[in-house]
Amino acid sequence: MASPEIEALTQALARLPGLGPRSARRAVLHLLKKREVALAPLLRALDAVNDKLAICSTCGNVDTTDPCSICADTRRDPRLLCVVEEVSDLWALDRSRLFPGHFHVLGGRLSALEGIRPEDLSIDKLIARVAVGGIDEVVLAMNATLEGQTTAHYLAERLETYPVRITQLAHGLPVGGELDYLDEGTLAQALRARRPVV
Amino acid sequence: MHLSTSAIVLSLRSHGEHGAIARLLTPEAGMQAGYVRGGRSRRLKPVLIPGNIVQAEYRARTEEQLAQLSVELIASRAPLFSEALPAAAIDWAAALSATALPEGQPYPRLYDALDGLLAAIEAAPSAKGWAAALVRYELLVLAELGFGLDLTECAATGRRDGLVFVSPKSGRAVSGEGAGEYRDRLLPLPAFLTGGEADWDGIFDGLRLTGHFLSRDVLIDRQSEALAARDRLIDRLKRVVC
Repeated sequence: MASPEIEALTQALARLPGLGPRSARRAVLHLLKKREVALAPLLRALDAVNDKLAICSTCGNVDTTDPCSICADTRRDPRLLCVVEEVSDLWALDRSRLFPGHFHVLGGRLSALEGIRPEDLSIDKLIARVAVGGIDEVVLAMNATLEGQTTAHYLAERLETYPVRITQLAHGLPVGGELDYLDEGTLAQALRARRPVV
Repeated sequence: MHLSTSAIVLSLRSHGEHGAIARLLTPEAGMQAGYVRGGRSRRLKPVLIPGNIVQAEYRARTEEQLAQLSVELIASRAPLFSEALPAAAIDWAAALSATALPEGQPYPRLYDALDGLLAAIEAAPSAKGWAAALVRYELLVLAELGFGLDLTECAATGRRDGLVFVSPKSGRAVSGEGAGEYRDRLLPLPAFLTGGEADWDGIFDGLRLTGHFLSRDVLIDRQSEALAARDRLIDRLKRVVC
């Protein structure tokens, strides 16, 4: 039987995504056994993040500085702006290091069922960023879901009065995908977006 | 409970790390919710998109239990999402059905109407081809939920011709003659709902008519949040017409 403090730690960890009570207990046991090499650095890291945690007032990214490290990076191309639904999407795109521009996090997507309206998202901030000028292209990197695409169409309409190129991520065959395992919706998108080889 | 049927996907809500609760409209058993194991996986996410037709299999030990649901894609509507108007129309039609309909009540006419509306959205070369069908679907939702409009005869005179208004209170048709001094307070009744041709003015009048009764009788309190999707669709339609 663990002490109340250890039990509280287990319960706190069990609430994290990807962890259940059993895996949380294993993590706690590991932290206790490797106190110096696992628990102490984890505590220091958590403390540091907790002290410095900030939401970037420019793009909505989560970082320890405001503006965030991406917005403050002068090597990035300020003429390119990629709009994403969530911070996790920003991190996924930035991990690939394929997009050299800046980002804007909406904080969700329009949803009729969840009652999420344009004013609930960071859309006015996005329009204000584009209105200031200096942006040539806005990439709408929404999820390929009905709600994601509805949001992308709404943003495209709001942005069409500004002198910027509005583009969207391609939809179709995933890398490593085999045709006979794909659903017909994805296949139809891939066929629509086909392009000449030579 | 064991139900094997074709169905239209209406909504999907995440449940746990990988699962999802899907609400599907079936022809004989109405709207049914079910837990889809791995419903957020790369394999099943493209299947569980609102508007898609799937072969669904519900299994539960009792009627009260949330059923385990397995699905197989029959027809995908995902290719339509690249176009603004069809995407907005499917979003609204699915949201209206998922929000307004009670679970487990059979609505075979609504299933057929929604299936027909989605097919029209898919096949029509322009929005004019399905916008009138959307108004009719909304009227049918009202009727099936017990808030049907009586568009057959004038509430004031009893006449069956010359019907051009609808009372916003009773939902009954009113003729031009019967409207009298109240005509400014009445809602216009579009000709295509009484056998005429559908034009854009009539379609917008129809949307105003159904919108009034949907917001008054069906989508109330928190459900009214779904109407934002309808407003966005109507704005888009108006821009197309302009």
